[in-house]
Amino acid sequence: MGSPPRPSYVIAISAYISWTVWFLFGHIRDFIRDVFWASKARKDYAPIRQSYEDFYTRRVFYRLHDCFNRPIASAPSAWVDVLHRTPVNEDKPLELTGDQSKVLNLSSYNYLGFAASDEYCTPRVLDTLDRLGWGACCSRSEAGTTDKHVELEETVAEFLGVEAAITFPMGFATNAFNIPVIVGKGCLIISDSLNHASIVNGSRGSGAKIKVFKHDNMTHLEQILRTSIAEGQPRTRRPWKKILIIVEGIYSMEGEICSNLKTIVALKKKYKAYLFLDEAHSIGAIGETGRGATEHAGVNPRDVDVMMGTFTKSFGSCGGYIGGSKQLIKCIRNHCPAHLHATSMSPPAAEQVISALRLIMNKAGNGRGPQKIRTLRDNSNYVRKRLIDLGLEVLGDFDSPVMPVMIYNPGKLALFSRLCFRDGVAVVMVGFPATTLVNSRTRLCISAAHTKEDLDYALEVIEDVADQLVMRYRPKDHKKERKVRSAASHMMKAKAGG
Amino acid sequence: MALPAWLPHLVAAATLALLPPFAAADAVPSPPSPDISLRLAALGEWLWELWELIAPGGKLHPAGFLEHKGHLVVEALLVLLIAYLVWQPRSSPSKKADERLTEKEIDQLCEEWQPEPLCPEIESFPEVEKPLLATSVLGHHIEVDGEKLLNMVSTDFLGLSTSEHIKDVCRATINKYGVGSCGPRGFYGTVDVHLQLEESISEFMGTQETIIYSYDMATAASVLPAFANAKDVIVCDEAVHYPIQNGCTLSRAKVLKFKHNDMGDLERLLVKVAAEDKKLRKPLNRRFIVVEAIYHNTGELAPLDAIHALAAKHKYRLAVDESLAIGVLGPKGRGACEHFGLPPGGAEIVFASMGNALASAGGFCTGAREVADHQRLAGQGYCFSASQPPYLATSARAALEAVAGDGEGRRQVAKGAAQLRRELGRVAGLEVVGSHERDLLSPVVFLRLKDAPESSVEARRRLSELADWVRRRQRVLITIPISSPIEWRDWGPAIRIVVTARHGEGELRGLAKGLEEGLKELSKKW
Repeated sequence: MGSPPRPSYVIAISAYISWTVWFLFGHIRDFIRDVFWASKARKDYAPIRQSYEDFYTRRVFYRLHDCFNRPIASAPSAWVDVLHRTPVNEDKPLELTGDQSKVLNLSSYNYLGFAASDEYCTPRVLDTLDRLGWGACCSRSEAGTTDKHVELEETVAEFLGVEAAITFPMGFATNAFNIPVIVGKGCLIISDSLNHASIVNGSRGSGAKIKVFKHDNMTHLEQILRTSIAEGQPRTRRPWKKILIIVEGIYSMEGEICSNLKTIVALKKKYKAYLFLDEAHSIGAIGETGRGATEHAGVNPRDVDVMMGTFTKSFGSCGGYIGGSKQLIKCIRNHCPAHLHATSMSPPAAEQVISALRLIMNKAGNGRGPQKIRTLRDNSNYVRKRLIDLGLEVLGDFDSPVMPVMIYNPGKLALFSRLCFRDGVAVVMVGFPATTLVNSRTRLCISAAHTKEDLDYALEVIEDVADQLVMRYRPKDHKKERKVRSAASHMMKAKAGG
Repeated sequence: MALPAWLPHLVAAATLALLPPFAAADAVPSPPSPDISLRLAALGEWLWELWELIAPGGKLHPAGFLEHKGHLVVEALLVLLIAYLVWQPRSSPSKKADERLTEKEIDQLCEEWQPEPLCPEIESFPEVEKPLLATSVLGHHIEVDGEKLLNMVSTDFLGLSTSEHIKDVCRATINKYGVGSCGPRGFYGTVDVHLQLEESISEFMGTQETIIYSYDMATAASVLPAFANAKDVIVCDEAVHYPIQNGCTLSRAKVLKFKHNDMGDLERLLVKVAAEDKKLRKPLNRRFIVVEAIYHNTGELAPLDAIHALAAKHKYRLAVDESLAIGVLGPKGRGACEHFGLPPGGAEIVFASMGNALASAGGFCTGAREVADHQRLAGQGYCFSASQPPYLATSARAALEAVAGDGEGRRQVAKGAAQLRRELGRVAGLEVVGSHERDLLSPVVFLRLKDAPESSVEARRRLSELADWVRRRQRVLITIPISSPIEWRDWGPAIRIVVTARHGEGELRGLAKGLEEGLKELSKKW
C-alpha cells in the first residue's frame, strides 16, 4: 500500500487548475475587499484571525460548506433524517428550511449498528439513567466513579485480553491527555505519517521529540529506530529515556488495516521500544470476533504495550479506553489530569458500551453480536468488490468497513456529495487540508445495519454519479465490468423474452 | 570540486602585469629619481597600446570582439561557472568517513541501549486506587459503598443532576436518537439538538454564536491553539488548570505566567512585554490574557474588573474560563464577566464546562461569530472528535432553562458559600484559601492546615484523616484533590468542599463544627 494512488497527469493538472482559479479569485476578492472596505479590526489589536489563516475558510470552504455539517434529526442508523438548509450564500450561515428527507447513511461510524435503539441495550441504558443519572458533576478520582464505570473497565479489559483498562468520556481526549502521561521530555515518539490529529495533539503536548515515519513503511521505521538509538537525543547526545511507536489499527482516511502489525511488534521487541496502538476504528469492526487489529494480524494483545480505542464507533456510545498492564493503568489513574479533574463518563453512555460488549462477546442476545460482526464483514467486502469492479479507485483493504473512493478533483468533490444527497445517499467528503491538494476523496462507512438492498441502492446511485463525474479511473477493470454487465443484461433480456 | 590549481598563478600573473603602472604612479610624489622620465615614457607607451586594443577597430573593441566571436568564450565561462555552482555540495561538508558509524557499531549501540520502563513505580494515592464507589444519587445525598452521605464533592451547584424533568428529557432523547452520535460534527454528527443547544447558550449568554465541544477538558485545549500561534503572546495566571496549560503548550505561543491573582505582577509583565516588543520592533501580534473566573485549583475568584481594565489599557484580548461560575455568579447566572460588570464582549473569548452547574458533560465556547465560527475548522477537539451524545445536549439545554429562571438557587449558593467561608475562617488551625472579600461568593472552598507539616505527604495524610473523621461522624463526603505531575505545579494538599443550593444553613454549620471538633481531637494524636 503506502501512499494513495497518484492521479494521472491530466487529472492532476485539472485539479491544480481548479485550485489555482479558486486561489486567484479569492485573492482578487480579498484585494478588492481590502481596498474598498475598511477593515473592521479593532485599533491597536492584531486581527483575531489573520487574513491568511482563514483564507481557505472564506474563499474555498464557504463555497461548498453545504456538503459538511449537515444536521440530522434522527439516530445515525442505516437510514437517517437529514434536515435541509438554504443554499450557499456567500459566507452567511446556512439556515434550516424546515424540510427534511430520509437518506441512506454511508457516513456514520455505526459499524455494528448500535447507533439505533436496540432491544437489549436501550432498556439497560434507560435503567442506568434512572439509577445513576446522566451527569455526576464530579471527577473519577473524587465521587464520579460508579459501579458502572468499574464494570465497564473490567469488561473492556476482558474483551481486549489485557490485564487492566481505564476509560475516558471522549476518544480524542484519551489520546490527547494520556500520551503526555506515558512519555515526556527526553523520550522519542515515532509516529506514522497518517496518524490521527488526537495522536498529534497528544504527542505535541507531551514535550517528547517526535519523528515521523512514512506511512506503513517498515524499512523507514527500522531506519529511524536504528539511527535514533545510535545518535541519542539531539544536542545533548544522551540516550533516549523511552521510545514509543504509535500506529493505528485502521487509518480512518485511508481505510487501510495496519497489516504490518506483526513486523512492528518484532521491531519494537528487537529495539526495546514501546508500542501504542490506536484502535479507534478497528475495535469491534475487524477480526474474527471483533477484537480489532491485533486479532486480524494474529498478534498477542499483550505484546502491544498500550492498547487504545474508542467507544464512538462500533459501540454507538462515546468515550475511549486505554488497556495494558496493571502497572500502566495504575500510573495513568494516578497521573492523568483527565482522570483526576475532568467530569466522569456519563453512566448511561458507559452502560451502552457494556451492553454492546456483552452482545459482541456473546454473553447475551443469542449470538446477535457475532452475527453483526459477520454481517459487517460481508457487507464491507461486497461493497468493496463492487466498487472496484465499477472501475472506481478505492483505497484500503478487504475486511475494512472504511472505503475512501478517490475523486481527485476538488470541483467534483462538492458535486459528488450534492448529487449523491439528491439521490438519497449521504456520503462524507474529505479534501484539502485533510488531504493533499489533488487527493480529494469521498469516504463510505459500511455498517452491519445495512441490508443487501440498501447497499445495492447505494451502489446504483454511486455508479450513476460516478459516470456523470467521469470518476472511473481504472480503465481496464471498467471494460471488464462493462462486458460482464452487458452479458448479464443480455441474459436478462433473453429471460424476459423467454 | 576544488578550485583549479592554476587559478592562483593566473591571478598572480595578472596582478604583476597591472602592478608596474600603479607602482609608477605611486612613485610620483616621492623624491624624483634619475630614471623617472623613462618610467613615465613606458607608462605612456603602455597606455597607448591599451588604447589601440580597445579603440574602434582594435582587437578588443566590443565590435571587434563580437566579430571575432570572442563573446562565446565569455559565455562559455559563465556557463561553466553556473555548472560549478550547481555542483557545489548543498550544505556543510559531509562527515568524514571515519566519523560515520558502521552498521556493526549501530547494532552494538542498539544492543547496549536500555530504555526506562514504560511507567515507573509510582507513589499511588489510595483514593485513586480504590475510589469511592457511588451506587446511586439521591438529591444532595450520595450513596457511596452502601453508605448514605451528604454530598459536598459534586459541583452540581443548583442541584439539577437529580431533576426529574431533565431525566425525562434524557429518556426521550435516548429513545429517539440513541446514545452516541457516531461521527464528528462535520460528518453527519450534527444533530438538531446540538444546534438548539448552541442557540440556547448564545441566547443565555447574550452572545452571537456558540460552539460546543463534547468534553470539558478538550475545550480550553482546543480554543487557545485555534487563536494563538508561535508569533503570539499568552499571559496567564499561574494557577490555571490543566486544560488551559495544555492549550498554551499546543498553541506554541510565548507563555508568560503571573503570580496567582496578583495584579501588580500582571501589570509588570504587560509592561515588560510592551517594552520588549518596542525594543525589537515586533510587528503587531495577538496577545491574550487567560484567567479562570473561579480557579479549579484554589477556589478563588479572579478580579475580572481589574484584569479587564489592564487588558484594555495594554490592548490584550481577554479569555475567561467560566466553568465554575456559569449559573453561580452574576444577576442572570452568566458568570463572572457579568458579575464584575464587564461590557458585552469585554471578554472576547468565553469558554466553560457544562459538567458543573449544568449537570451535563462537554464544554462550550461563546463569543462573536468570527470567534465561534473559526473554531469549526480550527478547533481540534471539535473537528476531530465525535460530537456530544444527543441526550447530554438536551439535558444541558433543559438545565440552561432551569438556570436562567433560578435566581433563588444562585442566592442560596452565594449565601451558603459566604456562611461556610465565614464559619470555617473562625476555626483555629484551619486556613480557608482566598481571604479577599470577593472570594466569599465562591462555592468551591479549599481548606488547608494552618500549621501544616513540612512534608506534603504528611499534610495530605493528616487532611485525609480529618476528612475520614467528618465522613464517619458527620456523614459528610469531602475530598482532597490530587494533582498530576504533568501539571505546572502542585498547589499542595487541601480539602475541597463544594457548597450547593441544596445545602441548608444547619448542614453547613454542622460541617464547620465537625471539622473543628475533628481537628481538635486528631491534633492531640499528631
